[in-house]
Amino acid sequence: MYDVVIIGAGITGTMLAKDLSEYRLRVAVIDRENDIADSTTMANSAIVHTGYDPEDGTLKALLNPEGSRMYPDLCRSLGCRIREIGSYVAACGEEEEKHLRVLADRAERRGIPYVFPSVEKAREEEPNLADGVTAVLEFPTTAVIYPWEVAIACAEVAAENGTEIFLNSPCTGIGRTERGTYVVSTPERELETRVVVNAAGVGAERVASYVTENPGFEITPRKGEYYVLDSNVKLVNHVIFPVPSKEKGKGVLAVPTVYGNTLIGPNSDFTEDPGDIGTSPEGLAYVRENISRIVKNVPLNRAIRVFAGLRPVSEEADFILEEAEGLPGFVNAASIDSPGLASSPAISKYLIEHFISKRVSLVKNPDAVMTRRAPVVMADLTSDERNELIRLNPAYGRIICRCEQVSEGEILDCIRRKCGARTVKGVKKRVRPGMGRCQGGFCEPRVVEILARELEIDPTEVVLDAENSRILCGENR
Amino acid sequence: MRHYESVIIGGGSAGLAAAVALKKQGIGDIVILEKDGEPGGILEQCIHNGFGLQTFKEQLSGPAYAERFIRMAEELGVEIKLNTMAVGLTRGREVEYVNPEEGDVTVSADTVILAVGCYERPRGAIGIHGPRCAGVYTAGQAQKYLNIDGYMVGKRVFILGSGDIGLIMARRMTLEGAKVLGVAELMPYSSGLPRNMKQCLEDFGIPLYLSHTVTKTFGKSRLEKIELMEVDDNRQPVPGSEMYFDCDTLLLSVGLIPENHLADDAGIEMDPSTKGPVVDDSYMTSAEGIFACGNGLHVHDLVDFVSLQAERAGEGAARYIRAKREGTEAGERRVSVRPGENVSYTVPALVHPDSAWGNVEFFFRVKAPLDTVSVVIRGGGRVIRTIKKRKMIPSEMERVVLTKDVIAGLSGDVVISVEPQA
Amino acid sequence: MTEKELICVNCPIGCTVTVKMEGDEIISVTGNTCPKGEAYARKECIRPERILTSTVKIEGGTHRVLPVITSEEIPLDVMFEAMEEVRKVSVKAPVSEGDVIISNLLGTGADVVASRSMAAAD
Repeated sequence: MYDVVIIGAGITGTMLAKDLSEYRLRVAVIDRENDIADSTTMANSAIVHTGYDPEDGTLKALLNPEGSRMYPDLCRSLGCRIREIGSYVAACGEEEEKHLRVLADRAERRGIPYVFPSVEKAREEEPNLADGVTAVLEFPTTAVIYPWEVAIACAEVAAENGTEIFLNSPCTGIGRTERGTYVVSTPERELETRVVVNAAGVGAERVASYVTENPGFEITPRKGEYYVLDSNVKLVNHVIFPVPSKEKGKGVLAVPTVYGNTLIGPNSDFTEDPGDIGTSPEGLAYVRENISRIVKNVPLNRAIRVFAGLRPVSEEADFILEEAEGLPGFVNAASIDSPGLASSPAISKYLIEHFISKRVSLVKNPDAVMTRRAPVVMADLTSDERNELIRLNPAYGRIICRCEQVSEGEILDCIRRKCGARTVKGVKKRVRPGMGRCQGGFCEPRVVEILARELEIDPTEVVLDAENSRILCGENR
Repeated sequence: MRHYESVIIGGGSAGLAAAVALKKQGIGDIVILEKDGEPGGILEQCIHNGFGLQTFKEQLSGPAYAERFIRMAEELGVEIKLNTMAVGLTRGREVEYVNPEEGDVTVSADTVILAVGCYERPRGAIGIHGPRCAGVYTAGQAQKYLNIDGYMVGKRVFILGSGDIGLIMARRMTLEGAKVLGVAELMPYSSGLPRNMKQCLEDFGIPLYLSHTVTKTFGKSRLEKIELMEVDDNRQPVPGSEMYFDCDTLLLSVGLIPENHLADDAGIEMDPSTKGPVVDDSYMTSAEGIFACGNGLHVHDLVDFVSLQAERAGEGAARYIRAKREGTEAGERRVSVRPGENVSYTVPALVHPDSAWGNVEFFFRVKAPLDTVSVVIRGGGRVIRTIKKRKMIPSEMERVVLTKDVIAGLSGDVVISVEPQA
Repeated sequence: MTEKELICVNCPIGCTVTVKMEGDEIISVTGNTCPKGEAYARKECIRPERILTSTVKIEGGTHRVLPVITSEEIPLDVMFEAMEEVRKVSVKAPVSEGDVIISNLLGTGADVVASRSMAAAD
């Protein structure tokens, strides 16, 4: 019998799993994908929004500022990279300038630092602001992270503390027993539990529909497509937002990432197919047209990759954090679109405080370790530090990925950790070989070889990402 | 800090030839830094023949060609550090490298020769839409899996781009039992060499779709299907021209780009056309004492020319070292060499008329296929040389030579253009 | 009289060679820039020949496979048959470049030889 089963190993589910792992509880996380954070958490703008954007009175307005404030400490304790680079909201013309005032007022009420620099000053800081930009509102505490890194770190902490994590385990049904517990089915197992948390992202409506005819919400995946520019392109220093609107949400942005690339996107298109994560000519054309309103000289010919992600959006335009009607212990954490990433630490707290603590008793486990040893990043170290490590373990001296300077030692680490990488993409998410300008052209065969060796499988069994996504079809000789 | 007369970054065809040239010039204290576990570079996976006709007057395979240079380097006592990645370069010629035995080491050098090779343009840079399933490879990646590691990547293959590696892989995979369904080329002409069109595609009846491109991929975990569309004169897909191919593999052979992390680090001036450093007639970059050659300078179609240019770079570095030692200054006056009509780039892009030391070969490519034309070289506005050509194509690098005397007499910029025959 | 235009595959220059034929008889070969071009064109009109390059399995080497090459051209029409032979072979490291792996491949007179040296793995 489990105390809590969390469906979905994205940022919402893993953050909650980490927080619950501090208590004497039996917790499981299931996910249909072949890795932690392989859906919405993998493909978004990677920003910790400060929380000026949500409308008053919403859960988003409550949880985003709080979550965002929790991030710096959280990342420190999880050994995750965070860069507080600040953001500019760029207004073009009087109408938009008025809206900046609205955002600043909200920030004021919510205790979020903001500044109105002169547009001249802003241009000094950001020479590539488009000529049409007439005013700028700055939020100095906006930060960027690798969202999947945080989710993976949370999963790792949870797993170290005893949380069971089942990948490739889609929820195929949920039953209710006579004593009021739930049985969550996956193709390989049935998990009986007191509490179910539905954090299934774009699949949340389907999951809820297993226990109730009327889930009370409707999730429509909304696709966002992005360009990733080469890290030697220095386009912007801050996140550059347009003025947000009801129709288009946060709009098309320019985002410097934690490792110095630049993201340009997203568009925002509803899609019927929850499996549709391909880019489209129309989507990227929209991105190209719209970014030019706020940022000029965008060298899209220096793109090294394009990608698309799905955001789970509901009618309500707010997070849905509630126990399903008539189903005590069945908690929906649904419709977690932007600013879900920034809010996730506060969402987890909220779920525990309002729902989970009402159904199971929370007794702290004195043995729980809530921090994670930060992974070695050779590219960040001084020469002396590198030498020390290489002396201890020569694998740190074997550079596998030329573009990002990732060593074999780092790759081995990320495979050997709890919730370690099992796939080529899993390695890429954790330690970055293949994230650079050659996109794995040189290092992928080496990563395949290392994975095969470490997992004690044949190279032909190594997969790119999903189950069956094999890279090699067979031995030749 | 250990000091070398020359540090050569890269132990492929360019690095080996440069090292051999340096040794022959009497520059002894040199080292090659090679990232792989053996020297030879990309040639090791190019197991097809066609290498060495200029250099050795023989038809060699890539590994055999490399082996000749590895032998020469060994015989001349060139030190090669294997499994060694150069991770940093300064304008002051300090090179930082990492390997498992020595750790993270910084050395200084009188000269540095960048012989770092190139990388393949990845999918993300060319706008094929669709999900990121397995089954999409760059041609060189599939070539490494097949020829070095001994694994096949797929059974039903489509190839985008008619670059030479793509064509060679079409034949190679066909011989290994795969079905190659076709090769698509965005341009109205092939970007590979004519001989490869003949012996890799025609020989095996593999269709070539000119003015076509792959617009979309389909597949959940592994590639299942691709969409091919015709493109118009502006390279935009023509609606209604969609064709579909069931395949498990898509190989991309859509361009090679000089690798330039280190050149960027050192703030070296780059040529936007070649995407490699701008070099002079000694193959010296804008950073004094730092030279560049091979595919890291500009992408070649023949390894023989890589060796030739690398040899010039090695000789250039040797001359530079001697001049330093003797305190002789290189001539101040510089004349730039620019591409004119129909020419996409020229290498080298600079000469020093006051210190001309020999004949200089200029390498260039035409922008589009041309028939019955003249290569016209002008210096300071005057025609210096005219060479008639029956046929010129972008996939073949062209070469013209200016004599030492002509170089010494140059009064203004040199422009190389290709014009209709007068 | 018929005229055939061929692209010579002998070297990367890829000359366009024109062959004039009267029935099965070759009247003239033009457009080649070296004698190899003429020889190629003559063969190409009768029975095309190509160099075959491939890999064979190697045991105990620094890699799983060893690149090989035919010592001379073999008829294009036996390529797939030749591949069957290549697939059957396995060698042991160390190997030196030029070592004969298969002699007189399918009776063509061409040998399959190692196209690089490969040391035994540590």
